[in-house]
Amino acid sequence: MAKAKGLEPFKTFASVAVPIDIANCDTDQIIPARFLRRPSTDPDYPRFLFHDLRFNEDGSEKDFVYNKAPYCDGRIFVADINWGCGSSRENAVTALAANGVRSVIAPSFGDIHYSNCIKNGVLPIRLSSADCETLRRQLHDSPGAEIAIDLDEQSLTGPDQTTYAFEINPFDKHRLLNGLDEIGLTLEFDDEISRFAENYNAKHRWAS
Amino acid sequence: MGKTLFEKIWDEHVITARDDGDVLLYIDRHLIHDLHFRAFGMLKAKGLQIREPDKLFGTPDHSIPTTAKVLEDIPEGEMRQTVEVLEKSAAEFGFTHFPMTDDRHGIVHVIGPEQGITLPGITLVCGDSHTSTHGALGCISFGIGSTELQHVLATQSLWQRKPKMMRINITGRLGFGVSGKDVILAVIREISAAGGTGYAIEYAGSAIEAMSMEGRMTVCNMTIEAGARSGIIAPDDKTIEYCAGRPYSPKGELWDDAASYWRTLPSDDDAHFDKEITLAGDAIAPMVTWGNSPQWALPVTDTIPDPSGESDPLVRADMEAALDYMDLKPGMPLSDISVDTVFIGACTNSRIEDMRAAAQVANGRRAKVRTLVVPGSGLVKKQAEAEGLDRIFTDAGMEWREPGCSMCVGMNGDMLAPGERSASTSNRNFRGRQGLGSRTHLVSPAMAAAASVTGCFTDVRKLVEEA
Ligand code: SF4
Repeated sequence: MAKAKGLEPFKTFASVAVPIDIANCDTDQIIPARFLRRPSTDPDYPRFLFHDLRFNEDGSEKDFVYNKAPYCDGRIFVADINWGCGSSRENAVTALAANGVRSVIAPSFGDIHYSNCIKNGVLPIRLSSADCETLRRQLHDSPGAEIAIDLDEQSLTGPDQTTYAFEINPFDKHRLLNGLDEIGLTLEFDDEISRFAENYNAKHRWAS
Repeated sequence: MGKTLFEKIWDEHVITARDDGDVLLYIDRHLIHDLHFRAFGMLKAKGLQIREPDKLFGTPDHSIPTTAKVLEDIPEGEMRQTVEVLEKSAAEFGFTHFPMTDDRHGIVHVIGPEQGITLPGITLVCGDSHTSTHGALGCISFGIGSTELQHVLATQSLWQRKPKMMRINITGRLGFGVSGKDVILAVIREISAAGGTGYAIEYAGSAIEAMSMEGRMTVCNMTIEAGARSGIIAPDDKTIEYCAGRPYSPKGELWDDAASYWRTLPSDDDAHFDKEITLAGDAIAPMVTWGNSPQWALPVTDTIPDPSGESDPLVRADMEAALDYMDLKPGMPLSDISVDTVFIGACTNSRIEDMRAAAQVANGRRAKVRTLVVPGSGLVKKQAEAEGLDRIFTDAGMEWREPGCSMCVGMNGDMLAPGERSASTSNRNFRGRQGLGSRTHLVSPAMAAAASVTGCFTDVRKLVEEA
């Protein structure tokens, strides 16, 4: 059986963090629709992230936090409520990953985007609105400040060394820690799926 | 304790459960569209197969120009490639596909119910967030990402965590000129764009019961704009009548079995909802959004709010940024906003009832601005033409186009120019959604037609009453 292929395992991770002060930041902002047909191997992919917030039509840069040093090297984002709402496009996570972003911290996430993150080794962390606001303020005040994440411990340390605990589903954690691919894992239930389908289709013949 | 409608269907589809409570859910129907054209190559690269190709249905919608009738009409390159690859993959993997030359093609969320692919009591997924639409028929439906999509192709199942249950009751009766679109915009305004996060939302109450299947689909469609992945409405006589005789609906004895099973599905009286909200249907007016989140919606009779009256600094900043992007000023009456383009279409509002509502307003009037009318499927188009609606639109100077997603997402060439403002029956007013720099206001089909013939946001109740 094809055993779960490797995503990059996520154990501890520290990086410059970027404050993104946009409430309800939808996936159309994270990656505009016109890039959705592009292959993930496109060398321009990193530029698709926040493209219309970052670039003018002539390709010159706009005044946007992620364009500026030292934030442009940030691989952890601290966002606002309802991050990644809207379209189910997984390309939003592809664009994050193309820039080396490993974690987004926000008070809440769009449900589909949250699971897309987990499936691509990007750790979505829910902290309270107040904590996210504190972190974003610190990151504005000290550009280049780092956040350190310990997934095993389910904690992160902010620029002022305050530690915050976060919740994550144990199986999501297990998969991220080990970089496991879900299809491979599910295929271990092959017989159970077949047995279920047989019973289900016999019981609900109208549905089969 | 009793179960909710959602829980009854959920429990019937659990293959196995993990210690953490997540379950492996069996998937009855899977819809796929052109934007997922890469999924097949990726599946092959992993050495995987489609487990139950007879449960997969595909059609192109996002990438087809609404002026194109055949593949060769699509500009060469990525746009045509997506449509081509989907069609070829259907032949190779053996799943049902409705090509653009087939009247049955259209927006996935329009053709699923139309073909009887969507049925009460099933689980249905699609790599598209507006899959919530199908819940209007009383099934569990939700949008998935492309990794989950491959998972369904390979295993006909998905690991899912049971969402919390919310019920939204719309009581009373909707007034004249008020439709499902206004109801869902009022709901999102009430609970916010994040209000449904983590929930499945059941819509109930007399106004929902009285609503047509098309109206219910509009309500469920925008459930994702309220943050919830799934919307659902109890199947009733109307639902069952709607499903009867559709091409992929069960027939004969199987139909009888199905219909009697569906009648057992509505939520039990003692079912538990984690959250329950009630809105008075009589109080809902035709709505217009003014910001870049669907939660920024107001009755058309209202004025643009003043951010300075907002106490939360983050919300205030968000409102200010939206007003700046949308080029609007606080205190301005919504009815003073003029539009450049009107778009009537998208999976929210492109069904026959939507076409009729727009035509009723357009009849005998003239469009003052560019107006695109895009039916949701080839069959909606045919039906509308049989009723003469296309003539009403074209006589009014509106453009009657071929089915597809069109200007909802601007991936097929139909777009707004930078800075242009639209009245749109689609579901998202995000920055740039209808083209770079586009300014979108979401409205119902009747309100969109009213904006077309007056050039600004006009209370359709007054316009039609006057006549
Ligand atoms: S009509 Fe718009 S919202 Fe609906 S599926 Fe197409 S692009 Fe998505």
